[in-house]
Amino acid sequence: MFKATVIVKRRPKILDPQGKAVEQGAKLLGFNNVKQTRIGKYIEFFVETNDLKSAEKEVKEYSEKLLSNPIMEDFEFTLMEVKSPIEEVSHSKDEVK
Amino acid sequence: MKPKFGIVVFPGSNCDYDAYYSVKKVLGFDAEFLWHKEKDLKSCDVIILPGGFSYGDYLRTGAIAKFSPILEKIVTFAENGGVVFGICNGFQILLETGLLPGVMIQNESLKFVCKDIYLKIENKETVFTKGIKKETIKIPIKHGEGNYYTDEITLKEMLTNHQIIFTYSSSDGTVSKKYNPNGSLKNIAGISNKRKNVMGMMPHPENACDPILRKTDGALIFRSIAKHFN
Repeated sequence: MFKATVIVKRRPKILDPQGKAVEQGAKLLGFNNVKQTRIGKYIEFFVETNDLKSAEKEVKEYSEKLLSNPIMEDFEFTLMEVKSPIEEVSHSKDEVK
Repeated sequence: MKPKFGIVVFPGSNCDYDAYYSVKKVLGFDAEFLWHKEKDLKSCDVIILPGGFSYGDYLRTGAIAKFSPILEKIVTFAENGGVVFGICNGFQILLETGLLPGVMIQNESLKFVCKDIYLKIENKETVFTKGIKKETIKIPIKHGEGNYYTDEITLKEMLTNHQIIFTYSSSDGTVSKKYNPNGSLKNIAGISNKRKNVMGMMPHPENACDPILRKTDGALIFRSIAKHFN
């Protein structure tokens, strides 16, 4: 089983009103070095297969067909082999402690 | 012949009843709701994708609705020349399905805009606008993501094919940034496909039909569509 994390980013040429508004907040807080804030999406899920190639194929298709809109967004993803989602969740809980 | 309007209902649609009320009760055309999980267009002549927040607008506006079973039928219907009309969220769904070109992003102001605006009719040679004599019409908008965008090549193609149907304008038809409520490219408010049988628009004509609202320009669009079937 794999844990997939997908990051969806708006293309640099396309306006990001949210990023712009957030950056105004940064300026108000005095973070004057902050430039070009862009807001994207972080998506994580598990892929139930032991075959890396087929996991990659599935995540790529999922990202292309639904998670991103190819007209305005790019995506990148990583896959990490895990034993089961439950172990993964309890493991991350331990990390928090 | 009186056309039959089919109004698709998605989870999260909220202008479906407005469309039904205006088309059937105010204008007297035949209308029926079509549940998004159905695969039968019930011999409707015109399909309306209504406004609202289908699937809560999660991920992107219209992104999940495009996988509703009925959409598959609507795409085939449109490809065969059927009349499909997307209003607001319905427009966003048409963009996501690829029946119309481009994307919709958040309003430049980041504010939800709700007001009456004027639209200049840029193309009067479509099913949706043929019957309209006026140069501009007054219709309300109510959206947070109506900022239309497309790349330069597509825009050029759309201009060549006269696919821009409505632009935000002044009451006398001046199209400028001043009258742009959401940052939309070229003040675009409504576009069609090349064949002109599929149109999407952000403003809500179904909310400008009943005379009790003191604005009835929306009716001109529905009447124009109906005239096409005469």
